[in-house]
Amino acid sequence: MTDPTTVTSDKPVASPAAAEAAVTRSRSLGADAWYDLRRRPLFIVAATLIGALLVLAAFPQLFTSVDPTVGDLSRARQGPSAEAWFGYDNLGRDVFARTIYGTRVSIVVGVLATTFVVLLGAVMGLIAGFVGGWLDSLLARIADVFFGVPFVLGAIVVLSTFRQSVGQSVIGISGLVIGTIGLLSWPVTMRIMRSAAIAARSQDYVKAARALGAGPWRIIVRHMLPNTIAPVMVYATIALGAFIGAEATLSFLGVGLRDPVVSWGVMISEAQSYLRTSPHLLLFPGGFLVVTVLAFVLLGDAVRDAFDPKGRS
Amino acid sequence: MSTPPAGPLVNTETSAAPGPTGLADAPLLEVEDLRVEFHTRDGVASVLNGVSYHVRAGETLAVLGESGSGKSVTANTVMGILPVPPARITGGAIRYRGEELLTADEERRRELRGEHVAMIFQDALSALNPVFTVGFQIGEQLRTRRGMSRRDARARAVELLDMVGIPGAKQRVTSFPHEFSGGMRQRAMIAMSLALDPDVLIADEPTTALDVTVQAQIMDLLADIQREREMGLILITHDLGVVAEVADRIAVMYAGRIVEQGDVHQLFAEPRHPYTEALLASIPRLDSKGTELQAIRGLPPTLTRIPSGCPFHPRCPRVRDVCRETDPPLLALPGGRASACLFAEELAQS
Amino acid sequence: MGRYVLRRLLQLVPVFIGTTFLIYFMVWALPGDPLAGKCGDQACPPAFIERMRVEYGLDQPILVQYFSYLGGLLQGDFGQNFRGQDVGTLIANTYPVTIKLAVVALLIQAVIGLTAGVLTGLRPGGFLDNVVLTATLFLVAVPVFVTGYVLQAVLGLRLGLIPPTVPANPGFLDLIVPGYVLGSLSLAYVARLTRTSIAENSRADYVRTATAKGLSRNRVVGVHLTRNSAIPVITFLGADFGSLMGGAIVTEGIFNIRGIGGLIFESIQRLDGVVVTGVVVLLVMVYLLANLLVDVTYALLDPRIRLD
Repeated sequence: MTDPTTVTSDKPVASPAAAEAAVTRSRSLGADAWYDLRRRPLFIVAATLIGALLVLAAFPQLFTSVDPTVGDLSRARQGPSAEAWFGYDNLGRDVFARTIYGTRVSIVVGVLATTFVVLLGAVMGLIAGFVGGWLDSLLARIADVFFGVPFVLGAIVVLSTFRQSVGQSVIGISGLVIGTIGLLSWPVTMRIMRSAAIAARSQDYVKAARALGAGPWRIIVRHMLPNTIAPVMVYATIALGAFIGAEATLSFLGVGLRDPVVSWGVMISEAQSYLRTSPHLLLFPGGFLVVTVLAFVLLGDAVRDAFDPKGRS
Repeated sequence: MSTPPAGPLVNTETSAAPGPTGLADAPLLEVEDLRVEFHTRDGVASVLNGVSYHVRAGETLAVLGESGSGKSVTANTVMGILPVPPARITGGAIRYRGEELLTADEERRRELRGEHVAMIFQDALSALNPVFTVGFQIGEQLRTRRGMSRRDARARAVELLDMVGIPGAKQRVTSFPHEFSGGMRQRAMIAMSLALDPDVLIADEPTTALDVTVQAQIMDLLADIQREREMGLILITHDLGVVAEVADRIAVMYAGRIVEQGDVHQLFAEPRHPYTEALLASIPRLDSKGTELQAIRGLPPTLTRIPSGCPFHPRCPRVRDVCRETDPPLLALPGGRASACLFAEELAQS
Repeated sequence: MGRYVLRRLLQLVPVFIGTTFLIYFMVWALPGDPLAGKCGDQACPPAFIERMRVEYGLDQPILVQYFSYLGGLLQGDFGQNFRGQDVGTLIANTYPVTIKLAVVALLIQAVIGLTAGVLTGLRPGGFLDNVVLTATLFLVAVPVFVTGYVLQAVLGLRLGLIPPTVPANPGFLDLIVPGYVLGSLSLAYVARLTRTSIAENSRADYVRTATAKGLSRNRVVGVHLTRNSAIPVITFLGADFGSLMGGAIVTEGIFNIRGIGGLIFESIQRLDGVVVTGVVVLLVMVYLLANLLVDVTYALLDPRIRLD
């Protein structure tokens, strides 16, 4: 009979139903966002796509038994057929196998570059926002300097400078590309983290924690991180997609990953000269690239909407 | 306070039948059985569940209630500025000088806004457009509605600013809202609402965002203007002190309905609804120093799940079994009052 | 206002020095031998080595080198590459096309993006909103070079509607498709930013006030809503101009436009370090100045920004 929502504050919660109501009302922002996410079709589509791509990246041999690096010049640039669904490339290598194996490099580059950017940016941003003063000004100016370099140009300079020093090894080249993307992108996470940390610092509950004698470490971990993590994660999701695209762009320009490495960017770069006659060389890696970037952008969008109470109606 | 004079047993507040009343007594603005829902993530919230009140020329009606009781939603519905969706008007009527507004077309409603019924908002800083000067925002209506030239509109804006007591109005007319102090901004807001000489002014918590001393000044200004212009003033507030000072009549709202209505002195002296009673008991009084303040226990109901029966019953100190099942209508009482408590008569005796 | 501009300009100086030094340092100091791989595939001509040593003081500490380079820059001297070409002249020959391209891209962004954003922002959740939202998602997801190749292949090669490559002295019409390709990503951002801004501001109190004043819907939207919503969009467009110049490299490569992007692309392939440094420094300058311009515009549009 008694409605659970009108539980009076001066009485202990009476019925189990009332307790449940109290719990659902006080669910956290994170739980709320998760509840919201599971009901968004776009989120489900994006998550499924990303899941499938991760499986491709982890176990490419499950999907093709063809070696992506073995070529037969006699079948160079043949179109799609029953034996090779996506056709053959300029050196007669199986485009399907290369596309499947390329998933791994593209995803790994995206994930590592994002991790790099988030870690570096978050640490710098937290320090700057938490400590403040001259250290904040200094870090903010350093971020400005890196932010002032246009991405593609900066990447070209960095990559062409260090091209010789890393040699021809797959790990060396990939590492250089990841490092370059990270180096030029960390100011974004730094700024997000910094402003979130500054906002958190002046919150009354952080002031209260300070007044109660909580140490800086505890304040950062318990009070600031939970409030700053959401915007950084949203950026990271979208950035992951963008970085996969950036890797492809750099490879396309001839300064990114190169031949022994199999990635979509490398494949697209190789396809450039044969566009008129063999569009399938661009179509398949390009299609995979677009779908992957799209999946991460969708995911980021959905996560942002879920975390943004303002956008709800 | 002595017992109120016993008025004739006339059902003034709730009956829909208007009857041939004198022109002076005819309400300027009438709200009748207004019902509004909001569609939210958590379901449908019944924000207004049959709100009725009216205001006459030269009269101040105070609408009193906790936040979320539907005071502002009623006002916004009257102005026609409710966001639809998520809101939906499901029933009732709003009449201005007898003209039905809810069925009127948008063009007619727009004509009435500002010109006949104007509104003052709570937070003048966000209610004024930050990128235009105060003078522009006051003069805008004069230019678009009265066809005034830029110069004339500006001169009139200076007059209006001067009238609401802004010193150096001639210079301040080119200031931006953020360059004003809180009190000055609210004065500018009042000047803006008066630009087209409205007959009814709705003031939605006009002093809540201000310092206490400034609050009194703004209330005095509003009261003066209301008296001078013989306007009908609907004053939305949760401040009982303000109400006692300026209101003629009071409508107390709870959970989207009027629970008690009546003359200010009668209502203060002898509340006929336990919620009003509890509200009055929660005011600190000088003469009861040392006694404990009486807070109302519990919280107002969630509007998606309004309790059955009387919506106040879970918090009511006088609750009986029947209160849990019967939703009491707002019934007329002697003295032109009305109460939505089943035991209103009993309260009178206690 | 003048003081505000001056102060912002002064604040730019350390960032400009930091950024250009960073680039200079990476190109000339990080590789062990500063001239290794700076003259294409062959070793640098001795004359060039000698001149660089004298002109740039390559045996001097990096800071001295940098400031002498900066000194030259301030007098408009971008130096000479190993072929004896004046970098300043190379830039002067190529930048007008790039600016034209960036302007076309900016106009396309502004017109399409703003229209789509305003229309969807006023009716969020509607059919058009969903169409535009999906379209922007694709614009964001498709890398510029894929868009470029697809449009070149379909419109240029298959349908023959446009020449697949742009002529030497292109007019604005020739640049519409490349401009669209260059601006496609930002077009999506402009549309989304406008939409969010309009949708958010249309719930603002001052919009409610304007309605309560009895203003017409057109006036509420046209005067009160757009004026406020335009501020972040204009900011974005201004800042984007700088990035467009820098990002033109891919588009110029695809459509064979002989602009700054083409210059830098060739210079990288020829390992021509002097030209790369010069162009990047110039673009950084454009980027920073565009941002300054945005700050000033912002202050003009929003009276709440304090100028002193």
